[in-house]
Amino acid sequence: MFWGSRKTINMNYFPDEVLEHVFDFIRSHKDRNSVSLVCKSWYKIEKYSRQKVFLGNCYSIGPERLIARFPGLKSLTLKGKPHFADFNLVPDDWGGFLYPWIKAMAKSRIGLEELKLKRMVVSDKSLELLSKSFPNFKSLVLVSCEGFTTDGLAAIASNCRFLKELDLQENEVEDHRGHWLSCFPESCTSLASLNFACLKGEINLASLERLVARSPNLKSLRLNRAVPFDTLQRLLIRAPQLVDLGTGSYVHDPSSEAYNKFKAAIQSCKSIRSLSGFLEVAPCCMSAIYPICENLTFLNLSYAAGLQSNELTKLIQHCKRLQRLWILDCIGDKGLGVVASTCNELQELRVFPSDPFDAGNAAVTEEGLVLVSEGCPKLNSLLYFCQQMTNAALITVAKNCTNFIRFRLCILNPIKPDPVTNQPLDEGFGAIVRSCKGLKRLSLSGLLTDQVFYYIGMYAKKLEMLSVAFAGESDKGMLYVLNGCKKLRKLEIRDCPFGDAALLEGMGKYETMRSLWMSTCEVTLGACKMLAKKMPNLNVEIINETEQTDSNLDDSQKVDKMYLYRTLVGHREDAPEFVWLL
Amino acid sequence: MSSPLLGVEEEVQSNVSSPSVDCGLGLKERNYLGLSDCSSVDSSGVSSLPDNNKNNLNLKATELRLGLPGSQSPKRETELCLLNLGKLDEKPLLPLLPSKDGICSSSQKNVVTGNKRGFSDTMDGFSEVKGYVYTQKSWMLREAGSDSESPQSVGHGKYPGNSGVNVILSVRSLGAQASVKKEEPANVLQKQPRATNGTNLKQTDIANNKSGAPASRAQVVGWPPVRSFRAKTLASSSKNNDEVDGEPGPAALFVKVSMDGAPYLRKVDLSTYSTYRELSSALEKMFSCFTLGQCGSHGAAGKEILSQSKLKDLLHVSEYVLTYKDKDGDWMLVGDVTWE
Repeated sequence: MFWGSRKTINMNYFPDEVLEHVFDFIRSHKDRNSVSLVCKSWYKIEKYSRQKVFLGNCYSIGPERLIARFPGLKSLTLKGKPHFADFNLVPDDWGGFLYPWIKAMAKSRIGLEELKLKRMVVSDKSLELLSKSFPNFKSLVLVSCEGFTTDGLAAIASNCRFLKELDLQENEVEDHRGHWLSCFPESCTSLASLNFACLKGEINLASLERLVARSPNLKSLRLNRAVPFDTLQRLLIRAPQLVDLGTGSYVHDPSSEAYNKFKAAIQSCKSIRSLSGFLEVAPCCMSAIYPICENLTFLNLSYAAGLQSNELTKLIQHCKRLQRLWILDCIGDKGLGVVASTCNELQELRVFPSDPFDAGNAAVTEEGLVLVSEGCPKLNSLLYFCQQMTNAALITVAKNCTNFIRFRLCILNPIKPDPVTNQPLDEGFGAIVRSCKGLKRLSLSGLLTDQVFYYIGMYAKKLEMLSVAFAGESDKGMLYVLNGCKKLRKLEIRDCPFGDAALLEGMGKYETMRSLWMSTCEVTLGACKMLAKKMPNLNVEIINETEQTDSNLDDSQKVDKMYLYRTLVGHREDAPEFVWLL
Repeated sequence: MSSPLLGVEEEVQSNVSSPSVDCGLGLKERNYLGLSDCSSVDSSGVSSLPDNNKNNLNLKATELRLGLPGSQSPKRETELCLLNLGKLDEKPLLPLLPSKDGICSSSQKNVVTGNKRGFSDTMDGFSEVKGYVYTQKSWMLREAGSDSESPQSVGHGKYPGNSGVNVILSVRSLGAQASVKKEEPANVLQKQPRATNGTNLKQTDIANNKSGAPASRAQVVGWPPVRSFRAKTLASSSKNNDEVDGEPGPAALFVKVSMDGAPYLRKVDLSTYSTYRELSSALEKMFSCFTLGQCGSHGAAGKEILSQSKLKDLLHVSEYVLTYKDKDGDWMLVGDVTWE
């Protein structure tokens, strides 16, 4: 370069292979994206060397363009439906279909090896095509997906010769009770992770045992409810190297021979660090687990409805090294006190409602949370369903734990104020955002005014995702957030009095975000139309579940559900009738 | 594409062809539940109620009423009502007509009605509501009809406590039955170990056992924000655990089961099963020890005579068939008669 000192080394003097090797060390998507923006040659090198791509919204770009952009693609993560689809706010056929992606990749020469999907509609046809099109396919992870049956799984098992990972988390799978597990050929010995806990039907137990026996690399095994205790015991004998175990049915007679065998088997599993399952559980059998508890770093009892608080606490008292705990609220405040005193390494806590209908005596309150915050200073991730919350408690928690990255509070009664002072919870949440400078994800609940949004806009500078329900008083609330949270990527709002003014004023911001969801707010059709017109890089979708057609509605009518997201490919072609693309 | 359960929900909702009949959602369900009232239970995707007017006319006869058990509640401010809970007391297990096969097959566009800004309506009466109930999809009793004609929403808190609970009962049972339907002609809404919507059963217990009701609750779609998969799973597994902990159903039907060549007989509680397939697979498991020669849960040590796979093949090839002796003393093949 003309002006630089001769001593400056220009990286472009290095051959491409060297740069490529350097880029290999850059793993984070954000960083790789930045690298590709530096100059043309870096763009090119990065483009051909990129193997992993993450698409937080499958409609932001089309499969053909993705393949053209990253021809070396090996690992793809796709997310489909908006987050509120988890709570039945999005009708079933809204979209998020996997098939077009598989079809496009199969046609091209993409050597897909890993596929991770969340909230997508996955058909058996797409699974079959997937299994036949990519000879090196290794890993399939499906989270909260639907649309497939065990026949699709059979295709994966039969055809993916080098399958390492089949991980099904909380999917709605139609169980045809075919012997999909038996479809793994005898030659398949590469399995490292098998999770079929969400399946409801029977499986061939003998096939399962043989499969585990011939999979020396198996580290993670999560069974479904149909796998009985006997089989569990035999599987443990065959796989003492397991690191992650999800039990099937954990019901047995503690005086029986099989139970003794199980106790012996589990003790030899010295590598187990993660334990889950217990959908069916006989409390008297839990003591067999105690010997491995001291090594556990992750314990997921969030489906163990059969365990009462005292059984839970007895178990947890053995888990001194726990880092992540997922539990039901029947543990109670006292039980959380035991967690606080035992699990000092705890980083993540999730307390789920055991009975959302009846938050009676079993629920937890602000007391439990305060206790945990006192005992577990490393806490950085929280999901807490509770009966009630106070400002004082939140302020205390904020003081005790300043490391929160994720803070999701759900008071079962959505607009409940502080029961002690009868005030809204603005101050409490304000304390959280002020104190936790690294907060990336926040979910609010309880009685809240515009003030909480003022605090969020002022202090939550790293916030990326915000979920709001039944909160706020006026457009000002939403505007505080849109103007203040510079890093905001996802905003989802339901049942808040935010309207057109806020929506339109934030126009410029939406292209910097992944998506915005607003349902049952004060937004009108006219405003949505205007937004869509002015921002061609946004898809503005109205989900209309009545039978009203376009002509019936006038612009002043409020929309029930609006979902907008940035995109490079314009309107999607697979939208059903009830979705209007403005 | 969707699971049978979701298919049913779609089915139900698709029968409501106009927003003015939000309660059509509930109506569709009522038809199934109010079997004694309504003979027009249809199993096809096309509603037997040809138009909305008919829906409205049928209101009286097959209304879902929110009321205390046993009471014919005079306060029927909303058109959405639950089956008289008195009926539930007598017959906690709601029979399902066999002609349900059609439900799952024709899945139509999911027109979700009644899912409007119900909460803003309920906001008015909010102070009267003591709590919230999570509900699947939009099967809520928030409004009867569209926004304009919503008479009372649940939030007005005029309903006695059990109401919300029992509404879910009626609503869920449909889904549960349909999902079982896919597998087996299950006709009785019994305790179903495989039911994905078992919350209904829990509520049955509440309805039956407790006359004092929990606090009246409004129902809000998607609240609390719990993944539907989790809600369904917890509901059905908590039901299972009740059994496991030794609380038998209201009527435990123990029968003796003997296997040819086995040294002793077993007893099974028929009320814990709801399909023949469940019963037969449970019996398979129970008697597997005899064929294998080892008894896991029975404490008897033994040698493996046959490998497990062979056993499975044996039983699947039906080398053994299930038969029973009926009241006339005749040996009958299990499976001919409907489960009830």
